[in-house]
Amino acid sequence: MSTPLEHDYIGLAETSSMERSSEKISSSSSSSIPSNIEDKTTNNPSLNLKETELRLGLPGSQSPERKLSLFGKDLETNDKSNGFVGSPLKNLVSGAKRGFSDAIDGSNGKWVFAINGKSDVELGKGAVLASPRGGLDSKTNPQQVRTSVPVMKEVVGVPQSPKPVQDKKNLVPPVNEHTSAPAAKAQVVGWPPIRSFRKNSMASNLAKNSDEAAGCLYVKVSMDGAPYLRKVDLKTYNNYREFSSALEKMFSCFTIGQCGSNGDGLSESRLMDLLHGSEYVLTYEDKDGDWMLVGDVPWEMFTDSCRRLRIMKGSEAIGLAPRAMEKCKNQN
Amino acid sequence: MEPSELKRSKDSPNLDESTRRSSFPDEVLERVLSLLKSHRDRSSVSLVCKDWYNAERWSRTHVFIGNCYSVSPEIVARRFPKIRSVTLKGKPRFSDFNLVPENWGADIHAWLVVFAAKYPFLEELRLKRMAISDESLEFLAVSFPNFKALSLLSCDGFSTNGLAAIATHCKNLTELDIQENGIDDKGGSWLSCFPESFTSLEVLNFANLSSDINFDALERLVGRCKSMRVLKLNRSVSLEQLQRLLVNAPQLAELGTGSFSEELTFRQCVELESALSNCKNMHTLSGLWDAKGIYLPALYPVCTHLTFLNLSYAALRSDELAKLLAHCPRLKRLWVLDTVEDKGLEAVGMNCPLLEELRVFPADLFDEEIIHGVTEAGFVAVSFGCPRLHYVLYFCCQMTNAAVATIVQNCPDFTHFRLCIMNPGQPDHITNEPMDEAFGAVVKTCTKLQRLSVSGRLTDLTFEYIGRYAKNLETLSVAFAGSSDWGMQCVMGGCSKLRKLEIRDCPFGNAALLSGLEKYESMRSLWMSACNVTMNGCRLLAREMPRLNVEVMKEDGSDDSQADKVYVYRSIAGPRRDAPPSVLTL
Repeated sequence: MSTPLEHDYIGLAETSSMERSSEKISSSSSSSIPSNIEDKTTNNPSLNLKETELRLGLPGSQSPERKLSLFGKDLETNDKSNGFVGSPLKNLVSGAKRGFSDAIDGSNGKWVFAINGKSDVELGKGAVLASPRGGLDSKTNPQQVRTSVPVMKEVVGVPQSPKPVQDKKNLVPPVNEHTSAPAAKAQVVGWPPIRSFRKNSMASNLAKNSDEAAGCLYVKVSMDGAPYLRKVDLKTYNNYREFSSALEKMFSCFTIGQCGSNGDGLSESRLMDLLHGSEYVLTYEDKDGDWMLVGDVPWEMFTDSCRRLRIMKGSEAIGLAPRAMEKCKNQN
Repeated sequence: MEPSELKRSKDSPNLDESTRRSSFPDEVLERVLSLLKSHRDRSSVSLVCKDWYNAERWSRTHVFIGNCYSVSPEIVARRFPKIRSVTLKGKPRFSDFNLVPENWGADIHAWLVVFAAKYPFLEELRLKRMAISDESLEFLAVSFPNFKALSLLSCDGFSTNGLAAIATHCKNLTELDIQENGIDDKGGSWLSCFPESFTSLEVLNFANLSSDINFDALERLVGRCKSMRVLKLNRSVSLEQLQRLLVNAPQLAELGTGSFSEELTFRQCVELESALSNCKNMHTLSGLWDAKGIYLPALYPVCTHLTFLNLSYAALRSDELAKLLAHCPRLKRLWVLDTVEDKGLEAVGMNCPLLEELRVFPADLFDEEIIHGVTEAGFVAVSFGCPRLHYVLYFCCQMTNAAVATIVQNCPDFTHFRLCIMNPGQPDHITNEPMDEAFGAVVKTCTKLQRLSVSGRLTDLTFEYIGRYAKNLETLSVAFAGSSDWGMQCVMGGCSKLRKLEIRDCPFGNAALLSGLEKYESMRSLWMSACNVTMNGCRLLAREMPRLNVEVMKEDGSDDSQADKVYVYRSIAGPRRDAPPSVLTL
């Protein structure tokens, strides 16, 4: 695992200006975060915003003011070796419709439907984001994020990505709300320099990619850390169990198959196992461009709406919007 | 050729009597000068003497205004009484990438009002990055009875209702070209607004729009416009419908297909291929949305004559592209998506020896786990096979200095070199060094270079090279590059022909900004965003150079002293009065 860095996406800690944030991109290969940031984050008096502050904690570091409940248990007690402590990143799974804590109520494994049903694209309109000042060598300059209204949008979590610091991608502009970007990296406004029209066209091209000839439904399956993708024909499986065992064979280190032998599909308990214990989580991108957890809907509905799949490292799949976090905290 | 700005051309001192008497009569001079099309030539002509200045202004029918705020419509109308065609560009180019606030300006309406009064016989209007409302389009449609050609590229503020107004009222319309705009697509009924008696359309491009149009109306329109030579459909038009259109329009020279992916029976495929093969004049092909490899063979008959193939909306694989290109020996311009990968580009090098322009766009900006797209290998392969290459736009995930050196050695005639290594600040992926030597090689070898976009990890050395060698450079785009003010100073000091400089996210500050003090009046514009320029620096610039407009766009919540986005341009119209509150004119 990587990321010995604490990322302060809203940058509340640095100054009292609430709209500045440091754009921090996780990186295992380089560390560009000034260490002074960490100290300040815990001292920020504006507690309300603290709740919504997005951070990746250093392994072993704590975020004492925050009560987090994820996967039905406090994160503080989570295994620190994940490198993830403290606030979950909003929407690590690009545009995940709901966080797990919305879906799981406490310890009994019951699914609770999230109110936060819309993708994060809707949290605010208007392109946002990082435009690090002064190039990328500014290790000593606190980097400012230029945000237009509103601040929160698309300060999307950057999961532990093995890519270098400089890796930034652009965002689907709000013109087309239904194509939210699977933003595993922090966004840079206007980069790469492609016109909106083209970006939108390509995004909706993606929508069509998985509709191959009638009779089969090939979708791409990517797995974090794997050097290449696979394609599977969803029509050849009848239920989640068959599907997951097929995937397990394809990606032999994939552990979703460890779920128990309960009847049809991925039951709640199986998914709980998945989230708690196993290394990987299976997610998919649906027709709206949102990233969802596999297993929530009936199989047929899933095959109808699934555009592509991603096997994420479980530690990354903490896709919670800050508000959802708030809600879940309130519920708990 | 540089389109001439409306410079403040002073009248040369009057010639003395004897010389004037022996010069051409005005009418003859005007007649001769009316043959001049190039703006640069016209600009030079107008500076010769007062007679020539007058003859030029009376004979000019087309005016090109590269920055709508550099001059006012009144000034234009006063100088050029006989304009029938206007090209106007508005917002800074970075507005294409969402770096300019929404309501920044560049509204066409004030211009239209003046034109309606002074140029009632206006025929053509070509706009780029202007704001245009439906009301303005309607005003345009009813104010100019001779109106013929409307071209909108990268504009915004209008909807399909405005197009309906154009279709309804412009009886003499020959060209309707709607490209890559921020248009509010409210439906396809606008196309049905062309009256049944209307037959003059020669150019119809609505690829920008996504809604369904009434196909019958389109079919009838194409059928009765016998002079139609450019037809670019939108995605909603199917292959079968395309075939029906082509049967009635074999004279087409440029075709943009609609969606290229539905299921076709064998017979339909044959019919499509046959219809295409009847288009003997076709030299440009685009569209091909969602193209499926299996239908591409229908294109083969057309491919032999193609000079421009735009596959930038068709996510082809390398093998599919290779098969297609085998039939395109005459290709001069090719636009593709990086789904074709390096292998596809090898096929380009092997099959298209006449290639002059290549653009490779990134397909999937969001799929990050796997590296795909193109690398330096593809570009090198093209350079070996296409020595005439002079225009390239290349989005790639990695590049090396050595590769670029090889490329420019193979293709020394580059005029436009736009390289976008998509990771900001990424070094040479083999040596891990900055990409300075790559761009050094470009500017040293390509003496005709007019336009350069740099990327990757770059130190000031790149800019030293540029300043020292790029003597013909007119447009430079810089992002996430440079180490200090010195870099920009080198450019400002060395590139004598520089006209447009756009910089974002570079460590250039006031010293750099002010080093160009004398230069900005000979440039069209300067853009600097997310650099280290302060308000004080901008104020100083504004104070020293009163004939420049220095505009600062502030971001919410940023430091008061920082000048987040700076746009500087020369103007004879003075500071503009329509700036929104977020734009400060100093």
